Amino acid sequence: MNFYATLLIALKALRVNLLRSLLTMLGIIIGVAAVIVMIAVGSGAQEKVESQIKSLGSNLLMVFSASTSQGGARAAAGATHTISEDDAYAIARELPEYLVGTAPTLRGSGQVVAGNSNWSTTFFGVTPDYFDVREWSLAEGRAFEPAEVNGAAKVAVIGQTVATSLFGDASPIDQVIRIRTVPLTVIGVLASKGQNLSGNDQDDVILMPITTARNRVMGATALAKSRSVGSISIKAREGVDLKLAEEKVRDLLRQRHRLQPGQDDDFTLRNMTEMLQAREESSRVMAMLLAAVASVSLLVGGIGIMNIMLVSVTERTREIGLRRAVGARSGDILRQFLIEAITLSLIGGLIGVLLGLGGAQLIGEMAGWPIKLSPYATALAVSFAAAIGIFFGYYPARQAARLSPIEALRHE
Amino acid sequence: MNAPLIRTADLAKDYLLGDTRVPALQGVSLEIARGEFVAVMGPSGSGKSTFMNLLGCLDHPSGGEYWLDGEAVSRLSDDALAGLRNRRIGFVFQHFNLLPRTSALDNVALPLLYRGLSTAARHERAAQRLAQVGLSERIDHHPAQLSGGQQQRVAIARALVGDPALVLADEPTGALDSRTGIEIMALLQSLNRDGITVVLVTHERDIAAYASRIISFRDGRVVDDRTNARRDAGADFAALSA
Repeated sequence: MNFYATLLIALKALRVNLLRSLLTMLGIIIGVAAVIVMIAVGSGAQEKVESQIKSLGSNLLMVFSASTSQGGARAAAGATHTISEDDAYAIARELPEYLVGTAPTLRGSGQVVAGNSNWSTTFFGVTPDYFDVREWSLAEGRAFEPAEVNGAAKVAVIGQTVATSLFGDASPIDQVIRIRTVPLTVIGVLASKGQNLSGNDQDDVILMPITTARNRVMGATALAKSRSVGSISIKAREGVDLKLAEEKVRDLLRQRHRLQPGQDDDFTLRNMTEMLQAREESSRVMAMLLAAVASVSLLVGGIGIMNIMLVSVTERTREIGLRRAVGARSGDILRQFLIEAITLSLIGGLIGVLLGLGGAQLIGEMAGWPIKLSPYATALAVSFAAAIGIFFGYYPARQAARLSPIEALRHE
Repeated sequence: MNAPLIRTADLAKDYLLGDTRVPALQGVSLEIARGEFVAVMGPSGSGKSTFMNLLGCLDHPSGGEYWLDGEAVSRLSDDALAGLRNRRIGFVFQHFNLLPRTSALDNVALPLLYRGLSTAARHERAAQRLAQVGLSERIDHHPAQLSGGQQQRVAIARALVGDPALVLADEPTGALDSRTGIEIMALLQSLNRDGITVVLVTHERDIAAYASRIISFRDGRVVDDRTNARRDAGADFAALSA
């Protein structure tokens, strides 16, 4: 008895009780759809986090000036500058076995003007190490040299958003921009990084030598008078335990700031990669939840299939007897009912895939989550459905195959 | 070809009812030659159904031997018995046992499915057999659209489709009115004239009268076995229709 003929018999049997077949499939449909959505949401979130980690720079620790209170009013973190450029150099000097580099950063904002266009943006005063520590690459031009930092050269490297806003499609290289009336020559354009975790445009930025920022652009403000900085970016070495590196940096800074044991840190140390991984973890929890729903649904669907197949075997006992009488071996009967169960679960699986793909798109659009559809996951879900058909269809099929032809023929 | 189609030697069958062995058939030895038309009679519990199940290779005997067309059947495996049924035996049942919602053609072609024939070959042979029983016009009808007599004729076509040596009919007229019953008997007689051996179980003397030999069972044994000057069912049916 060939496979095609058996399949036709199965399809016909399922069509006879169309509503019953559909209801039986429901568990599988929901289960498979949940698996598809789960993997789409899970891998979408993971991909987003991975790209964010990449854009942030891997193994990144950040030191911010802590919030301080003056006369009872607490200022925002980073508003007062308790850490200095020298802290950054000291960290780099003292902990080379843990760190690749440190980058002290001064942050400011203002209106930038080029020709007759202008743009409100954020600028950072940085050292050449910044490009490496934060993994910024250049789309055009060059980064600044140490000599330009020492000489407080009037140069700038601008982000893609700033470049487009000020110069449109034209090349900004060698053009002059003005920030707070200070003219700076554009020597480079950063490669695009897109949005960061909080949805801010990372490309809306101007980088300049830290000395230029302090002495020329921010010259008028009190902050600029010291060597203090708003933050220090630290890149740990590959393979180094970030927790350990974090502790070393903390110890060193406390020592440099002469903090007594028990006294609060006057800085904030953050492990950026870890924060992102925590986010990834929460999306993973979400995916696990969906996985639990999916597996329960698939299990219930499988039991439903077993139940209906047992009913079907009872209903069709005489048919089984007749088939046996005219020459069907018990193996033929086993195959017939097994294929019927597999067909049921596979059709359910395919409907579930369609629903899952549609559902994932819908969720992606409505919740604004990144969705990644994978053909691998789809194939996995369908084969899982087939496996359920085999697992839960085997017992009823064996019951059918074990019927004695005489008893089956006599069945009322 | 003088060997008998069916030969049994001391054929016996016991059933277990709880702890007690109930003998259903106690040592039946007989021969049925090719081309015979045999009626098996007896009250219920006489062992005639058990005997038919054994002849039909649907069951294993508890003792004794059974040769079908020279082949020893008693100790064959279940799968081998299935193959034997498929090739050598056609079954006709009291309640037709047609598959519902399935065309007459597919019902007749069913046994060939288990020979692995192509759909085209199955349908061609099934159509021939339906023509032989006079139902060429009803090929696409489902059992529910056919009368009892027509359904039984479809079942007979199904019994014939595999070119069996033996047709076993278990109360083939039991669910039909007497006129249709005689019509079915006429069909079986004409098949028998074409050379097919027919063994029929009935408890009606009127029906047994159409057979050329009548074997009577009681308490698991053959109590009577005689030839019969058989009535012509075709003539009876013509007389009824006149």
